[in-house]
Amino acid sequence: MTSRIHRRGLTGLAGLAVLALAVSACGGSSGGSTKGAAGGTSASPQAGCEDYAVYGNLKGKTVTVYTGIVTPEDQLLKDTWAPFEKCTGVTIKGEFDKSFEAQILVRAKAGNLPDIGIIPQPGLLKTLVATGKAVPADAATSTEVDANFAPSWKDLGSADGKFYAPPQNASMKSLVWYSPKEFAAKGYKVPTTLDELKTLSDTIAATGKKPWCAGIGSGEATGWPVTDWMEDWMLRLWGPDEYDKWVNHSIAFNSSEPTAALDAVGQYLKNSKYVNGGLGDVKSIASTTFQDGGLPILKGNCSFHRQASFYAANWPKGTTVSPTGDIFAFYLPGKLATDKPVLGGGEFMLGFRDAPEVHAFQQFVASATWANLAEQGGGGRCVTPNKNADPAKAANCSDIDKLAISVLQDPKAVFRFDGSDAMPAAVGSNSFWKQATNWITGQSTKDTVNKIEASWPK
Amino acid sequence: MSATTGDAVLPVTSTPSIAALDAAGGKLKKRLTSPWASLAAVLLAFLWTAPTFGLLVTSFRPKAAIDDSGWWNFVAHPSFTLDNYRQALSSNGGGLGTFFVNSAVITIPAVLIPIALASLAAYAFAWIEFKGRNLLFVCVFALQIVPIQVTLIPLLSLYVKAGLAGTFWTIWLSHAMFGLPLAIFLLHNFMKEIPRELVEAARMDGAGHVQIFFKVLMPLLTPALAAFGIFQFLWVWNDLLVALTFAGGTPDVAPLTVALANLSGTQGTAWQLLSAGAFISMVIPVLVFLSLQRFFVRGLLAGGLKG
Repeated sequence: MTSRIHRRGLTGLAGLAVLALAVSACGGSSGGSTKGAAGGTSASPQAGCEDYAVYGNLKGKTVTVYTGIVTPEDQLLKDTWAPFEKCTGVTIKGEFDKSFEAQILVRAKAGNLPDIGIIPQPGLLKTLVATGKAVPADAATSTEVDANFAPSWKDLGSADGKFYAPPQNASMKSLVWYSPKEFAAKGYKVPTTLDELKTLSDTIAATGKKPWCAGIGSGEATGWPVTDWMEDWMLRLWGPDEYDKWVNHSIAFNSSEPTAALDAVGQYLKNSKYVNGGLGDVKSIASTTFQDGGLPILKGNCSFHRQASFYAANWPKGTTVSPTGDIFAFYLPGKLATDKPVLGGGEFMLGFRDAPEVHAFQQFVASATWANLAEQGGGGRCVTPNKNADPAKAANCSDIDKLAISVLQDPKAVFRFDGSDAMPAAVGSNSFWKQATNWITGQSTKDTVNKIEASWPK
Repeated sequence: MSATTGDAVLPVTSTPSIAALDAAGGKLKKRLTSPWASLAAVLLAFLWTAPTFGLLVTSFRPKAAIDDSGWWNFVAHPSFTLDNYRQALSSNGGGLGTFFVNSAVITIPAVLIPIALASLAAYAFAWIEFKGRNLLFVCVFALQIVPIQVTLIPLLSLYVKAGLAGTFWTIWLSHAMFGLPLAIFLLHNFMKEIPRELVEAARMDGAGHVQIFFKVLMPLLTPALAAFGIFQFLWVWNDLLVALTFAGGTPDVAPLTVALANLSGTQGTAWQLLSAGAFISMVIPVLVFLSLQRFFVRGLLAGGLKG
């Protein structure tokens, strides 16, 4: 009997808990929706809306945006849309979902597309344009992009000779992490050409310290950091046109230019005088995870680590990442000091509905007004390649983001997308990684490029 | 299908005499109380619970500690924080709290619709004679073999044509469709087991199909309904694929699982929140299971026949 009463009590308690949860959750959601509605309806001409007059009155219209950007960056993104919504009266409905890249293709097939998708890679953009569901950007957006971005960005947002998608944010991969404190103590200067980088590496190696440290371990994707190295050197040694030919397979993977680029990388990564500072010999690069690859810099066992800006998150808590702190990065220089090749990533606003409000929103994101809002917000949405953005607005951004902004917004910057992402999957996310790993553990450059070329789908 | 084959499929609902049950229980007890068997059981239970326990411990550890060492280190270096839970629930972190309502709105109809339809269909298959009954039943049974993934794109284009895409309807209908074959099969077997005499006696007393269904069969079916209800509830509550594909990830319709999948952030840097998020989303299924599990245990069918 007691056990029975006890059980009843438990069930009652459980019921109560469910009720409490439901009520509290209910309160939360209704609060959120009323706030949204109020924001949408109060669209009267207001002060501060001068920059938005060009988009006209879009009251009562809705634009749906689908993206793989999620918490906490989704809020930063919504904050940049808020003034546009307030001034034009349009409602921007965001859908933030990490499985975006798979779902957008399913939706394209089924005809359930958003008005705008934020596409993180040019290959996906081309696939989506090929479905015939994408809408080219209008003339106003095109003019805005011409005015604000380097021509390479417009090419990336184009497919089949038509311009579709203006860029939004960008990221930068051509970075070398180093210790500003070590540089100050030893009197080293940040190199401005590839030759200077080599000379400085030799200088450090002569002191008995191995200057470079690297790690390419990444589970199934082990080897990918080498692909970034090779892309960076391909872009620096042979220029953007040869780089594009290499990525599009107009020149073979084992032809002389890519072979020379990989050999040039080998002068760093397979040089037993240079690597692997604090971690072991050359082969230890393959067994070290990419997250751990740069950490010896902090202990003073190594001086340089080439990795993208996102590596900032890997430094342990308490590390100051700044031009005068424990750790910072410099732009991996070009062959000449005047060259500014940049390897990186970016996002593009691809439209799927031919309507004034959709075009207006694309035009807005391509404008300097939007770029300034993104920089003001700080955090993960700081970096835009918009060269007319005001650098003074970037005060809230991290120092690494500020560096990325200054390089990307440089009028001389020639931007190229991560090439292995654009290659066929059988190469870009398979043989390139695997052969690069074999190359580190002893395979010759010739064998490596031959095997990758052999794996290219015919 | 005869009652004996039904017995073979679902022995839980067989109705042996209490004495036989006791005797069998005694024998079983003797066999299981061998120390080795007990040890094996304890070991299995430990192995089964250890990962969940590890997850629970992890959810209360600070991010730095999670990054540095495994959860078992909490014995040597105890550190406790509610930050993970606070951040997972807060609106500028995960905001999981607001998604509970969506999950409930999705789950309740998605459980009730197939139960209602399947119990009616199962009754027809079990107790109404009509032409082609067996063939139709085999067809329904065979539908279980169709993998969900194959249906995603065709079904979504149908929803788009019907103007339903992005609404709760798509999820309710989809889960009902995917759940029905198993539900009909399961409930049919339960109904078939009810002695023919009982149904015939009711018919002699003048009951029609409706009365037989509601007054005679429904009370006897409670354990079966509860069993299927729990399965369907857990499946729908934990589902990510169906909800994401048909309704999308907008905050108006997205269930808890979508929020959970996004919790670790764009670059996966906030993964310490996942353990806390997992426990938050587990609360409701555990409560549902605990409050319904007695239906599994209680022999309602035997009571119904004797009383």
